[in-house]
This record gives sequence, structure tokens and C-alpha cells, in this order.
Amino acid sequence: MKPYKQVDEKDLNNIAEFIDRDRLLWAKEVNEEYSHDELSAGQYYPDIVARVVSTEEVAKLMRYASQNNIAITPRGAGTGLVGASVAIEHGIMLDTTLMNHFLELDEQNLTLTLEPGVLLMELADYVEKRGYFYPPDPGEKSATIGGNISTNAGGMRAVKFGVTRDYIRGLEIVLADGTVMTVGGKAVKNSSGYDLKDVIIGSEGTLAVITKAILKLLPLPQKTVSLLVPFPTLAQAIGAVPPIIKSKAIPTAIEFMEREVIIDAEEYLGRKFPDNQADAYLLLKFDGNTLEEIASYYDGVAQICLEQGAADILIADTEERAEAIWKARGAFLEAIKSSTTMMDEVDVVVPRSMVNDFVEYIHDLQKEIGVRIKCFGHAGDGNLHAYILKDQLNDEQWQKVLKATMEKMYTKARSLKGNVSGEHGIGYAKKEYLKESMPDKAIAIMQGIKQVFDPLNILNPHKVCQD
Amino acid sequence: MKILVCIKQVPGTNKVEVDEKTGVLKRNGADSKMNPYDLYALETGVRLKEKYGGTVSVITMGPPQAKAVLYEAFSMGADEGALITDRKFGGADVLATSRTLSQGIKRFGDFDIILCGLQTTDGDTAQVGPEVAEQLKIPSVCNVQRIEKVEKDNIIVDMDMPQDIERIKIYFPCLLTVQKDIYQPRLPSYLKQKETSKKDIDVFTFSDMEDQDENKYGLNGSPTHVQRIFPPVSDKVQQHWQGTTEELAVKIYETLKEKKFIA
Repeated sequence: MKPYKQVDEKDLNNIAEFIDRDRLLWAKEVNEEYSHDELSAGQYYPDIVARVVSTEEVAKLMRYASQNNIAITPRGAGTGLVGASVAIEHGIMLDTTLMNHFLELDEQNLTLTLEPGVLLMELADYVEKRGYFYPPDPGEKSATIGGNISTNAGGMRAVKFGVTRDYIRGLEIVLADGTVMTVGGKAVKNSSGYDLKDVIIGSEGTLAVITKAILKLLPLPQKTVSLLVPFPTLAQAIGAVPPIIKSKAIPTAIEFMEREVIIDAEEYLGRKFPDNQADAYLLLKFDGNTLEEIASYYDGVAQICLEQGAADILIADTEERAEAIWKARGAFLEAIKSSTTMMDEVDVVVPRSMVNDFVEYIHDLQKEIGVRIKCFGHAGDGNLHAYILKDQLNDEQWQKVLKATMEKMYTKARSLKGNVSGEHGIGYAKKEYLKESMPDKAIAIMQGIKQVFDPLNILNPHKVCQD
Repeated sequence: MKILVCIKQVPGTNKVEVDEKTGVLKRNGADSKMNPYDLYALETGVRLKEKYGGTVSVITMGPPQAKAVLYEAFSMGADEGALITDRKFGGADVLATSRTLSQGIKRFGDFDIILCGLQTTDGDTAQVGPEVAEQLKIPSVCNVQRIEKVEKDNIIVDMDMPQDIERIKIYFPCLLTVQKDIYQPRLPSYLKQKETSKKDIDVFTFSDMEDQDENKYGLNGSPTHVQRIFPPVSDKVQQHWQGTTEELAVKIYETLKEKKFIA
């Protein structure tokens, strides 16, 4: 493969012909934040950052990059955890955060068309003010919708509502050669050939750049109630989930959390959690039109929890009460991060009935390897977030411990019929584990798809399925 | 130790309708909840009971549906509840409310400590607590941010003053209004809710009051009248800055200094 061209001053001037110079960051103007994402180790500075504002600019930039063999890395808010938006080959970084406009709320088709740089928190605020609901609810609210689509982000409401993919009706994309194309649309059904929209979702910026998205919305549920359920042990807490699911109750979320992560969150937020009686908790959320209707849904669930050993069921039925819990839940990642020197994560998803096995395995692994691992996650959909903490290890010890721990965890997940990533994606950091977890043929098909979309391989190289 | 917590049912959202003629909140149909500040008072009461023993009673004044907040308090650890309700009490201002509450409290029993939230989210005056103490002729401390300790006949508390903190010993019976965040309020318990859902509560009407002068209650007994109630206008201002880390750090520092957030 021909080496990529580094961006030089001549390229800068050429790009400045179609993108305002003040929206181009060059050499020393490239901030440190552009050299990494939220978690992945290693720093790679792009030669140039282009803060695009329109599809036309994206198309021209892509055309320029493909004509000049320059690697191009799309990036939203940079909140990823697997290095997908890190410019391994330097080159051009295409920053979409200025493409952050709401374009059309279509109330007859219940769709919202918007640009990729809109933040998740802005999106929730926009639709909820108007009585609508965009269900995917990843913890990182300052992520962009473009990033969420690119990783097929899941979040806490997946138990009832599914994931990002389920709410994407259509996309406007720009291919590596600068071709602008719309895949999908406002129509509800589509049996017209291979669904290219679904190929783009979760492709982590390796196949095309998303410049517009048409989201499907739902009417906003009038009320929500969260239940915080204290259990004597984590095994009992997680053990209650299969009977809850089996009872046909449909909470929007079922999360599990342990006391020590809650303490980290209390310290991080400087604010007490509303309960401290137990070592482990389940957190469930229900929605409906009235509090009475919701109470009728959770009555059965409360009984199941009590039968499984819960000490009580605590009811968060107002905004203030729910906020006291969910704010802590939302801060877990940052709280754990601030409790150690460095960390890396595993975002495996296993069948819901296997969550307990996996969590117990992690507990044992801590002792076996001699490293702290903190864990929380979505008990309701089997997606676990386990964080391996560096603490006082030196770099060499850390790399060794990390590799051993990761390998063991992914091997265990495979044996439980799980997947490498539930919602964070593969990016750069997890591709070896993806390869190990899939048949060669499946990886070859993925590489074939990449080849068709991006024959010159300029778009986000070395990610997902590529070496 | 006998503890009483005064609680109030307030609108659940800020989308509240107001009666044009009387300036009084229309409560029917609106979502309601316990005044968030009262949760801190209730939590303080339940913690004192857990640590020093005794009972926690709750009292509220409002229309019949306000008893919902009494049951909510039971599910958070309160033992007994009383509702003060009568059409004659409607439209009361701060003065009439504190008179009515103090009459109801006298009827309800003798208490060592009466706890109130600092203020309500609908009235926002922060005056009812101390005025109740005045009516009951007992000492009061406002803005309590910490309980130091409880002794046989007194309690030692920290009062938050604008410039400093004053530590005060106050003898029973007394009234305290507590600040937000004195303790993180506990969540209602499902088990307690089931256990107390049919619990009897005391209901006091005008005829139960010691003072039978109708002109001291409700609109008649209110020297102040509300002209207009409206949700506050949000004055959140956002600014977006760009620049290097160094430039932004300086800008943030200068702005915080200019706005007097830092000295």
C-alpha cells in the first residue's frame, strides 16, 4: 500500500479555497484534545483539522483527500472509548461539531432531520420540549448524534426501546470519493435491496461520512418512575433480572451497580447517593401516562425483587429523586476514571442470563491477576462495562496486566456466547479481539465491504476490521 | 423526643394556572408533589429519631388531596400525620397560614422540635416557619445547615449566615428551618408504603381550632394579596469561546473574577 501523503502547506492553501481558513486548524493550532479520544492510549495528531459546516464542504474535502491520497478521520465530540476517531495516519481530521443544526421536525411522519454534530443532550432537550421522545440514552450526553450512529450506541433504555439503529430512518452520507448519497428516508418500510443505511450505522466512520440523519421519534411518555432496589449481594441483584424479564414486565432500563462504584460517584460529584444500606443495587425505570398506571407495572416486579432477597424497593417518583440516582449513574465512568491513574475498558455484551457468570468471573479475575476491576452496566440487556485500573503499576506492568486481563475477559465472553462490544464499538483498540471472536469469513466480508465503499482506503484507516 | 415536621403539597411542575380573580393557585388537575425543601426537613426528623429515639409526626395544611404528602411521609419513616383542611382556610397568605398551622399544631400535640423546610417552591417566602414559631411563642432558628448534637432538653445546630456560621444551643420546644442538602433525603420505601397505605390520619377543620375568630383565617385573615403569579423567566446565558487551552484558561479566570465568583 502506498504511504499516505502528509498534509503540507500547499494542501492547507488548497483546502482553504473551499473551507474558511479560520475553520482550519493547522500545525500548532491543532489542540491536544484532537490527538486522542476519551480513553484509548496513544496520541496521534492530525496534520490538519477541518471544522466543516456543510455537506458541500465535506464532499469537496473528501474529493481532495482521495485525489491526493490523504487519510481522513471523521470525528464528532471525541467522546469515544476505542480510538475510532483518532487519526492514526495523521492526515485530515474532519470535525463535524459545527454541523449542529436541527433541520426539520416532521410531526406528520414523526421524524427529526438534523446534522451530525448535534449533541445528545441538545437532542433530548429539543424533542422533549416539543412532547417527543428519542429513546436511545447512552450515558455520555455530550456525544454527537453522528458519533452515536457511527457506533450504533445503545444506552440505558435498550431493554424496552432498542438501540440507535432502531431509530435511524435515513442518512445523507458522503462517500470517500466525494459522492453525496441518501440512504433510507422518511418511509417507515423498506424492502428495496440491501439496506445500505444499516451498513453505515455502526461502521465507525470507515465507510462514509454522515452529514444528515433522519431520526424516528416517539411521543414522550408522560411520567417515569425509577426503582432503586437494594440487595445484600450483587449475585442476588443480577439473579433477579431473568425472572423480571420472564414476568413480561417491560422496564425501560435495568442497571446494576455496586456500592464501591457508588462511593466513587459520591466523591466525584460531592453529593450523597439517596441510599447506603446495601452492597449492590438494581436500578429500574418504568414509563407510562400516570403514576398509578406505572405503579401497576412495577408491583409485580417489586414482588419478584423481594422474593429474590431485596431489602426493600425505593421509589423515585419525582424529578429531584430520579436525578439524585441517575446523576450518580451517569457519572460512573468519570468517577472511576478519577479514582485511578489510567484505565481501559471492556464493553462486552452477553446473553442476559449469563450476566451473573460474567460478573463473578470478573470478581475472581481481580484476585487472580492482582488488578482492580470496576464494573457496572446494563443488566437488562447483558451489556457490561468493566474498567481495568492501572493504579500504581508502572507502564510495563500495566501493559502486561492489561493484555492478560483483556484476553481472559474476551475469552470468557466468547464462551458465554457474547460479543466484543455492546455499544462502544471496535475502533482501533478492540480490533484484535473482534478478529478472534469472529469467523475469518465474516471478517473477510467486512473487509470486502470496506473495499467497495472506499477502494483507495483513505477513510479512517486501520479501524474495525482492517489491519 | 417528639418531632413534628411541617410539609406542604406544591405543584409538580412550573406550568401552573392561577385564578385571575383571587391570584390563588388552581390546584385541581395540576400535578403535585411534596415541597422539595420539606424532604430535607423530613429526612432530618427521621435521622434524629433513628439516632436519639422518639417519634416523627407530620402535619400539612391544604385541600383534602394534600393528604397524599402525609402518606408519602409515612413511606419515608414518619409515624403519625395530620391534615388541616377547611374551605375557610383557602387563600391564606403567610400570616394566616402560620396562624392556622400553629392552631393545628396545638391541636395535634406537644412537640420538642418542629422542623420546616427553608421555604416552599410555590410561595418562596421562607417566612412561614419562623412565623409559626412566633405564633406558638417558641424560639426558632432558620437556615440550619448542620445538627451538631442533641442533649436532654436542647439541640445544638449550625446556622448559615451570609458571612459566617453561627453555632446555637436552643432549648425545647423549638422550631428549626433546615437548608437544602443538610442530608440527602431518602427515597420512599415500597414496603413502608404498603404497610401504611390504610393508616388513619387526623383531620382538623375550623371547628377544631382553639381560636374561633373566622377573620383570622383564609383570605379574610390575609392582609397581603397576591397580584400575579408567574413562572420565573430563565436568565441562563451561554457563551461559546474558542482558543488554545492557555487562552481559554485566562478567559475563564477573568470572567469568573469579573462576575465576582472568585476574588
